[in-house]
Amino acid sequence: MTSVAPFLVFFIGALFVALSRGTLRSVLLLAIPLAGAFNLLQFDPGSYGTLSLLGHTLTLVRVDKLSLLFGYLFHLAAFLAIIFSLHVRDPIQQVSGVIYAGSALGAVFAGDMITLFVFWELLAVSSVFLILARRTQRSQAAALRYLIIQVLSGVMLLAGVLIIAHRTGSIAFEFIGLGSLGSWLIFLAFGIKCCFPLLHNWATDAYPEATPTGTVFLSAFTTKVAVYALARAFPGTELLVYIGATMAMFPIFFAVIENDLRRVLAYSMINQIGFMVVGVGLGTALAMNGAVAHAFNDVIFKSLLFMSMGAVLYKTGEMNGSALGGLYKSMPITTGLCIVGAASISAFPLFSGFVSKSMVMVAVLEEGHPIVWLALLFASAGVFHHAGIKIPFFAFFAHDSGIRTGEPPRNMLIAMGIAAVICVFNGSYPWLLYSLLPFPVDYEPYTAAHVLTQSQLLFFSALAFCWLKLSGLYPPELPGVNIDAEWIYRKIAPAAIQRLGGALGTLRQGVMFRAQTRLERFISHIYRHHGPDGIMARTWPTGSTVLWVAVLLGAYLLIYFL
Amino acid sequence: MSDKDRRHVFDNPRNVKRVIHALYGVCAVSLLAELFIHRHVDHPWEALFGFYSLYGFAACVVLVLVAKEMRKVIMRKEDYYGD
Repeated sequence: MTSVAPFLVFFIGALFVALSRGTLRSVLLLAIPLAGAFNLLQFDPGSYGTLSLLGHTLTLVRVDKLSLLFGYLFHLAAFLAIIFSLHVRDPIQQVSGVIYAGSALGAVFAGDMITLFVFWELLAVSSVFLILARRTQRSQAAALRYLIIQVLSGVMLLAGVLIIAHRTGSIAFEFIGLGSLGSWLIFLAFGIKCCFPLLHNWATDAYPEATPTGTVFLSAFTTKVAVYALARAFPGTELLVYIGATMAMFPIFFAVIENDLRRVLAYSMINQIGFMVVGVGLGTALAMNGAVAHAFNDVIFKSLLFMSMGAVLYKTGEMNGSALGGLYKSMPITTGLCIVGAASISAFPLFSGFVSKSMVMVAVLEEGHPIVWLALLFASAGVFHHAGIKIPFFAFFAHDSGIRTGEPPRNMLIAMGIAAVICVFNGSYPWLLYSLLPFPVDYEPYTAAHVLTQSQLLFFSALAFCWLKLSGLYPPELPGVNIDAEWIYRKIAPAAIQRLGGALGTLRQGVMFRAQTRLERFISHIYRHHGPDGIMARTWPTGSTVLWVAVLLGAYLLIYFL
Repeated sequence: MSDKDRRHVFDNPRNVKRVIHALYGVCAVSLLAELFIHRHVDHPWEALFGFYSLYGFAACVVLVLVAKEMRKVIMRKEDYYGD
């Protein structure tokens, strides 16, 4: 065995990237995922790099089919994101991007919960620089909110792990399942990173504020690590079926009325993760395969979509649907590549979403959840609507915004081109991907019925868009913000704290006033007796004292004789 | 700017019309194809004629109309959070 832990390739690589300049830096950046992939191919299933800590055994690298698939995926995603950002001359972004990808690898190969926790926190700390690097006031604030929520997830994870370790003595990163307080804490910690409903808002808040290239990194790793963690620790947890269905449903409504196109993509990312979470919740071989395969495809087509929007932002400085339009005239290649991504996420036949999402759909019906199936079918139509049509339509077509620009730098086009090829390859020839899945695949995506029904669903969704647009019922793109769960911590909580502060201030004033009047009364009381005119401050003549002493002595004598 | 004056493919309304007519065409073909292709169904709802077509169309209309109503409740000015 001559290989090293997968994350080490990235961490050591990041060090060299930080120390190098110019072309050498670009070469090093490209070499990291390639060297990492070569290193990964040397691994056989098993556990490596065990060490002892306080009586527990830590396993730095655990290799099995599930972790290997995510390992390949993350190398691929890192490679694409690095190519896409090769023109960037900002060492902070480049170094943090590499460390971030390495942390994701560390997390999926972690063999125990403590190792997972370490990489879980590293994910948060390294990725926040990709948001900060935008260097706007908005991005700084969003980055801080992002960091607080991510670190909170880590703290909950650690608390859960410690409770379980204390009770059972085990820190194994295996099936946990819901039950004790510790397991719920871990579940919620995963849920934050996985964008469970109401815990999701960090993603739609922070991802659109990151740099054009940073968002491509961000969209690939954090949430998919969480999906992996759920697949490892909570497969077959029925609650996840309903959580996943909710995740697939609610973001599409926000996506339809959202103006910032990268925020639309962040919402559609949650929608896609919903399908994966449902698959994990079902826990059958078909469902787990579907969840994992869809995670793989989603990382690639979501990267492609974020890259195409990143290219638009990079070239025009604009990301709002209301300000864009007509860019197909000056960015035809980017337009075409974006449409490939849109077709893939919409699950058109021959594109990657088609071969993975349907596995989850079939599993849902097989396990007897027809209502959830209807919800997911609704979400499938909805995702075509907001990601498949809305993104390309409002950026590249719609009304002509008058913006005339050019194609993005060549490295951006190459990265998008590779991603598009993978989308079409996985969609047309899914068997390579299927062979990497954790369970043997007994599923045929290209049946006449499946191709037909999916085409009907998509064509008629397009028809609906067309009809709504022509009849003027379609809501126009408008600048503005839509209230989401962040409202609680960005509006209600600060207002409540302000109110509480105000109330406490009034209370404090009242208490202080009363205390002061009491004190003053007390002082004036003392003054009356002890002040210059007080009875205690009077000067007594010596004669009267002698007289009183004589009286006392007389009284004493009298009592004595009695 | 000379590029601005250049006519592109969708500047011609007839080309837009063509795209829309092509969409009508594929919708009709896919719906009619159901008569000739035997569909394996996992659930009785699926067996209804045109189920996927109708559901896809209705889902999108409901989605957009509900989202449009949501705007009245949840939409705020861009500086709502003070940044």
